[in-house]
Amino acid sequence: MIRIAGLIKQFGPFAALRGITAEFAAGSLYVILGDNGAGKTTLLRSIAGLARPTRGSISILGNSEVRDACRDIGYMAHPSLLYDEMSGMENLRYFAGLYGISDDGRSENVIRGVDLDPALTRPVGQYSQGMRQRMSLARALLHDPKILLLDEPFSNVDYRSALEMVKLIAQLRDSDKTILLVTHQATLLEDVADEFVWMEAGQIVSRTRELKLLETR
Amino acid sequence: MTLSTITRATLMKDLRLEWRSKDAINAMLFFALLVVVVFSFSFDPNAEESRQIAGGLVWVAFLFAAVVALNQTWARELRNQVLDAYRVSPAPANSLFLAKAIGNFVFVGVLEALMTPLFIVFYQLRAVGPVWQLVPVAVLGTWALVVNGTFFAAVSIRTRSREIMLPLLLFPISIPAIIAMVNATTAILTGELSIRVWIVLLATYDVVFTIACLLFFEMVLHAE
Repeated sequence: MIRIAGLIKQFGPFAALRGITAEFAAGSLYVILGDNGAGKTTLLRSIAGLARPTRGSISILGNSEVRDACRDIGYMAHPSLLYDEMSGMENLRYFAGLYGISDDGRSENVIRGVDLDPALTRPVGQYSQGMRQRMSLARALLHDPKILLLDEPFSNVDYRSALEMVKLIAQLRDSDKTILLVTHQATLLEDVADEFVWMEAGQIVSRTRELKLLETR
Repeated sequence: MTLSTITRATLMKDLRLEWRSKDAINAMLFFALLVVVVFSFSFDPNAEESRQIAGGLVWVAFLFAAVVALNQTWARELRNQVLDAYRVSPAPANSLFLAKAIGNFVFVGVLEALMTPLFIVFYQLRAVGPVWQLVPVAVLGTWALVVNGTFFAAVSIRTRSREIMLPLLLFPISIPAIIAMVNATTAILTGELSIRVWIVLLATYDVVFTIACLLFFEMVLHAE
């Protein structure tokens, strides 16, 4: 469960978030939509603890300090957050160590879970963009977090792979994870999303279960 | 999950990345080699003059070359914003700092090991004092450079002209350590004075700045 109260985030004179108050329940998939610059990424970064609120508060699973809940958060950013010079497996083994996970097959399973081959030895820098996105999702899933923050997971992913990712995301939601997903490809998630959240100029202006209700915007 | 486990894992990762790319080592070696060659053509000292100036030349060359490696340290973490993956993890900030500082110590140590014989040849150096004393001077001096260098390289990563910002921050604060390193090295080469006071100064400098860097690094890591 995520509770946000009066969240304001300013970068100098520019307010990226303007007083967001919202709750996101466990076991639900929220698709965050909005034009470029609406504040979607800043909202995810604030919840992940990467952007400190200028005002307001964020409570995650009862923790008022985001840092205390970092083990429960999986964050997938627009860039891959992976070392280009290392293979996918080497990357995941390193990140598993940061979470104190003794890697007895966990990394392999997660890589298989995103439909990649754990035996792939070539460095991530030589992956296609789609493969990199899936490896990035694997990194976010590595420590089995209760909350997943996914920033544009389908960008540059081919249609078939995107559908596979949607299936996986639906399964994760069904296993009681809270998922906040920023995308410009909302139709991919029409059948699985629990709620569509529309942001505009740093504010949540609409929340609805039906994507078509947002289509007039 | 302990500080030492994550420090070791991060250090091994950095050594592996450097082994594959050789970005820092190649840049440092090339730079230091240029300094040695250019200085050797610029001056034509006799043996006694060499002993007097070599301490300064050696450490200035290592300092400038170290800056090249220090700039690479964090640049690697900025590609694909990998640093954010560390920031959202529960791993302690100081593990990252220590791993980076130890990694830089290794890189600069390798540079020193490779360049020192060249200095000896180009400047026809023969120490009058006890040569073994160069080892503690090199260890303490190198740590003095890399501990502050790693910290200030982290401070400057988010600035637009970080290649210029790092020396601007690092060189003034390194002056006491450089004075100690140069004087200790010259004293060993000429055999004229005791180096005890310089060793004590270097050790004190290392302890003070290591503690200060560890205290403030978390703030630097999570700064926006």
